[in-house]
Amino acid sequence: MSTTRLHVDWTACDGRGLCAELLPELLAEDDWGYPVAHTGEAEPEVPRQLQDSARRAVDRCPALALRLVQR
Amino acid sequence: MTTVDAPAQVQLRLLAGPNDGRLDTHLGRHGRPPVLDAGRLVELLRAAGLTGRGGAGFPTWRKIEAVLRAPGTPVVVANGSEGEPASGKDRALLAYQPHLVLDGLQLVAAALGARTAHLYVAAASADGVRAALAARRGAGLDPVAVTVTVAPEAFVAGEESAVVAAVSGRPAVPADKLRRITESGVGGAPTLVQNVETLAHLALIARHGPAWFRAAGTHDEPGTFLATVGGAVDAPGVIEAGYGVRLGDLVDAAGGPASPLQAVLLGGYHGGWVPARPELEVSRAALAPFGASPGAGIVLALPAHACGLAETARIAGYLAGEVAGQCGPCVNGLPRLAGTLGDLAHHRARAGLPAEVRRLAALVTGRGACRHPDGTARMIISAMSAFDADVAAHLAGRCLAADSGHQGVRR
Repeated sequence: MSTTRLHVDWTACDGRGLCAELLPELLAEDDWGYPVAHTGEAEPEVPRQLQDSARRAVDRCPALALRLVQR
Repeated sequence: MTTVDAPAQVQLRLLAGPNDGRLDTHLGRHGRPPVLDAGRLVELLRAAGLTGRGGAGFPTWRKIEAVLRAPGTPVVVANGSEGEPASGKDRALLAYQPHLVLDGLQLVAAALGARTAHLYVAAASADGVRAALAARRGAGLDPVAVTVTVAPEAFVAGEESAVVAAVSGRPAVPADKLRRITESGVGGAPTLVQNVETLAHLALIARHGPAWFRAAGTHDEPGTFLATVGGAVDAPGVIEAGYGVRLGDLVDAAGGPASPLQAVLLGGYHGGWVPARPELEVSRAALAPFGASPGAGIVLALPAHACGLAETARIAGYLAGEVAGQCGPCVNGLPRLAGTLGDLAHHRARAGLPAEVRRLAALVTGRGACRHPDGTARMIISAMSAFDADVAAHLAGRCLAADSGHQGVRR
């Protein structure tokens, strides 16, 4: 069973912080404003009820740094 | 601790000599490399248990299988860039036995049906490998043409995706890994990047078989590896030994301790600190409890009169300076981590510093395109355990190192 996970392209992310605003259940901002998963996972699992918000975060990331992946 | 499977000792295979780098010497000793199809190669490597010698220790057969499964004509890359400052084994291997590496590269290129092969090396190795390739062309040894690319002197330039970028003519910095290199690497083709030492072992396994390979090392970690032994030893250099070799035997093979030792950094700047116990086995299994592994075979000996925290802070400062500059958590986090550790090491200690070091180490881990933040954090966390008595002393305004505590490792 694959799960939906949020992948951050760190070479693209510039820490605008929009994703942490749209997905507060999943993400916080670190000391420098970059997204960090509450769970500490590198690619946090996106539970079903958050997938719409996660898709919105992916679409609205100004740096196009986010992807939803199946792992 | 004892190894029951096989006698673990310093022993020579890759570097059995004569180590003159000449093609006629090589052919006289080993003959021409055999030709194997992909199925046979995977079967041999699986039976031999060969793992990558670049540091990660991934089973070679599985990487080759992943490349075979991906659609498209594969590209193979031999990685001898060795950006790690404490390592010299790849340069030594390319100087002494370039033809084992090049045999291995041709063997996998032919087995995978690759039409393009790359050799990615440090500047110091470039002339030597070009001469070796010219000699092989004259002897009709290389059906697949090999392109040489010189790596910049940078710690992360040898990371797999940085290698792919470099041989493609782009800056040698790591890339995001939405897709695996084995599926989409050079020019979007499935790409096999193997450390040069791995290829040299492969060239010998193809000739002598898995049972021969397994006669060295341990049951779970077969074969020999090249170790770069440095720091406080009398004759720093490259030593070949079976996995499971005693740490003391490796140090003795490098001339023995230059002065009493307190700890050893194993696996390099992304490795882990372990106590300088001569009986300690150098294998993944035996080093795991210390958060260390043989990695790419680096053994850096720290004398008793040096301060482990100061040496770790020096290395952390170097690693913070080697960030590629792409990933925010690494660009910001590694300098902060190194600075915080530096405060602890250099008598600017205040309560809460050790906890802050641990918090920052956890914060940067997993949050980069490559494992540079992860490896740096791991090495620092291992120092916090290995030198826990020093941490307590520094917090109390003292240092355990015999003389003032600011002496680094001799090199």
